[in-house]
Amino acid sequence: MTRKAISQRLRTIDIVNASMRRRNAAEKRFQIYGKLAIAAAMLFLIFMFGNIIYKGHTAFVQAFVALDISFDAQVLGLGDRRDKKSLASADYAALVKAALRQQFPDVTKRKAKRKLYKLVSSGASYQLADMVKNNPDLIGTQARVWVPADDEIDMLLKGYIDRKLPESERRLSDQQISWVETLEAKELIETRFNFNFFTHGDSRDAELAGILAALSGSFLTLLVTLTLAFPIAVATAIYLEEFAPKNKWTDIIEVNINNLAAVPSIVFGLLGLALFINWFQFPRSAPLVGGLVLTLMTLPTIIISSRAALKTVPNAIRQAALGIGASKVQMIRHHVLPLALPGMLTGTIIGMAQALGETAPLLMIGMVAFIVDVPTSIVDPSTVLPVQIFLWADSPERAFVEKTSGAIMVLLAFLIAMNAMAVAVRKKLERRW
Amino acid sequence: MNKLSLVLAVAATISPPSMIANAASRDYIEIVGSSTVYPFSTVVAETFGKNTDYKTPKVESTGSGGGFKLFCQGVGLEYPDITNSSRRIKQSEVDQCAANGAKDIIEVKVGYDGIAFANSKKAEVSSVTLKDLFLALAKEVPDPAGAQSLVENPYTTWKQVNSSLSESKIEVLGPPPTSGTRDAFVELAMEGGCKQFDWIKSMEKTDKSRYKSICHSIREDGVYVEAGENDNLIVQKLEANPNAFGIFGFSFLDQNSDKVRGAKVEGVEPEFDSIADGEYPISRSLYFYVKKAHIGVIPGLQEFAAEFMSNKATGEEGYLSDRGLIPMSEEERRKFQADISEMNTLPEKIQ
Repeated sequence: MTRKAISQRLRTIDIVNASMRRRNAAEKRFQIYGKLAIAAAMLFLIFMFGNIIYKGHTAFVQAFVALDISFDAQVLGLGDRRDKKSLASADYAALVKAALRQQFPDVTKRKAKRKLYKLVSSGASYQLADMVKNNPDLIGTQARVWVPADDEIDMLLKGYIDRKLPESERRLSDQQISWVETLEAKELIETRFNFNFFTHGDSRDAELAGILAALSGSFLTLLVTLTLAFPIAVATAIYLEEFAPKNKWTDIIEVNINNLAAVPSIVFGLLGLALFINWFQFPRSAPLVGGLVLTLMTLPTIIISSRAALKTVPNAIRQAALGIGASKVQMIRHHVLPLALPGMLTGTIIGMAQALGETAPLLMIGMVAFIVDVPTSIVDPSTVLPVQIFLWADSPERAFVEKTSGAIMVLLAFLIAMNAMAVAVRKKLERRW
Repeated sequence: MNKLSLVLAVAATISPPSMIANAASRDYIEIVGSSTVYPFSTVVAETFGKNTDYKTPKVESTGSGGGFKLFCQGVGLEYPDITNSSRRIKQSEVDQCAANGAKDIIEVKVGYDGIAFANSKKAEVSSVTLKDLFLALAKEVPDPAGAQSLVENPYTTWKQVNSSLSESKIEVLGPPPTSGTRDAFVELAMEGGCKQFDWIKSMEKTDKSRYKSICHSIREDGVYVEAGENDNLIVQKLEANPNAFGIFGFSFLDQNSDKVRGAKVEGVEPEFDSIADGEYPISRSLYFYVKKAHIGVIPGLQEFAAEFMSNKATGEEGYLSDRGLIPMSEEERRKFQADISEMNTLPEKIQ
């Protein structure tokens, strides 16, 4: 080898080495970008969840006041009557007022008394009414009853009201705060777990508002959606994938399904309003109509993912089944469908999760509504979780801020439960080859 | 998709009879309408449901216009019984109702609502006039040079609008055009300030549409920020930005008195009493409308309207005043109570 050739070779190696460094650096940079992207995504997520949990964890506890109630027939305005009707119409608020006056005997002025009565929730008298209706023997006895405090007092105990601000800038007066402090000193006021939040429907009194009506509404709506969307979508996917001839018509159908998946959800709401409510005369605000509208909305999603799942089943399996004499339907039912099912279920769960979080189409069909009674059938008026969140976020009362975050947490838990179920089902059914 | 529509059509033909039967036995009151009246209407609905044997009415928040549209679709159980509104019904809506058979409508005024022009407590107290508001927020304003012509709004600080105001930048957060609060603000505050220019005022007679477009157009150059229908959001943003002002309903000011402060308008503070006696210039009436044909068909409808108008709800010290509704005078309330019990309906042509 000549010197020239050697030096030439050395140069080539140098070039390779030099470019090696550059290429390694590029790879490192690329990895760093990736890590940064993940870090940014995680940061946003942590910030979002942190904020919601920080604001919402207090929604699950609630201030309660202990009242020494004497169930006096005279105060109730009952006399000797104990029949159902008089029990229902008795003056239970008077019991609450009497107990408060007894606790603070030095409050005598009319205006001060009105303020005193506002320490406890208006729900207190309904709670006593239920107690007496269930057990009329209570009349004439005494008992200590823990009743919910008013939402303003609740906010005070949770530290959302600054006690140091001048009186004119607070919604609670100095006097009311001093009463609360007296109760605190006697341990007659405390925060407890808020069962009410999970067992009642909406209320305009924040301390009585619960999520159950919305939860039940969401459940019923999704039930309608699932029972309609899943079979229709799977049947459509199987027909299009396994049976349909490839021609102009199936092409048009395919394009339309793909387009429908991208249509804004409000359009489905308008369609639902025109079709189900105005034409079929289904009741407004019912989970039935909500479920139908969400079915229309989620169908394309489920059809597309079901078709994708069918496509992943190897053709060899189809040919093998046909080869040993199975009919086409047998081939699909016994071999293709079981293999494609996990993928179909994943698509269904994604569609359902999308439906769970939807509000826009429900606005048109009247599900953005104030619902107190918990719906029990698919034709009862009801609302759904995201709508409940929207309605609470828009309420003027301060205490609804934490309820909003609390409701978001319930919605997230619902979603996580749904996804966990999907993962479990898929794990169970999944087959690899 | 052919298959889908087929399945749906089959499902529909089987199910309607039972569904209609269900609608025919509706035993709860259906209320739609304004999101401003919603917080009050729901409180009455809840109290009504708890204290009587009737079911709790269902209240939807659809906006005033959307409410009338649903309400005026016709008479029958599938249509709402009551619609709430943050403005009076329009002649066109009365006509629409009449055309669909809902001829007899009972009008009930609920009370008043003030619209606050507020900023953060961290900022200094301010006092504005309607003219200031118009000059600061209108799309076109009279030429500052003096001629009777209009120019694109040139003002960027409050001081330029009125030398007695602060030097901070004009920055206002308010509701979008779909909101009833925005309509009322434009009509009462903007037009109120606009009218103070005589040559614009004289236009009202000669060229009404031009007059309206001058007085009712809010600038779109980023000074007025549409903050969505959510008043809570505006309050939060004001807290973060002491220079900005926000436009929202009185009940939100009332609930957040530790965070925001309403500016004096024409020297009057937005307070309970000043709104009640009409001294505060930006206040409006809230209404609800009842379909007479539904009274006696839907259980509890008349009783619900009576509960709304009762002393313990809309009276001087009623539970709605705790929520920020400004009550009307005893005399006025009596009139609407009588309208409910005697079922007096709106005339064909409203004044």
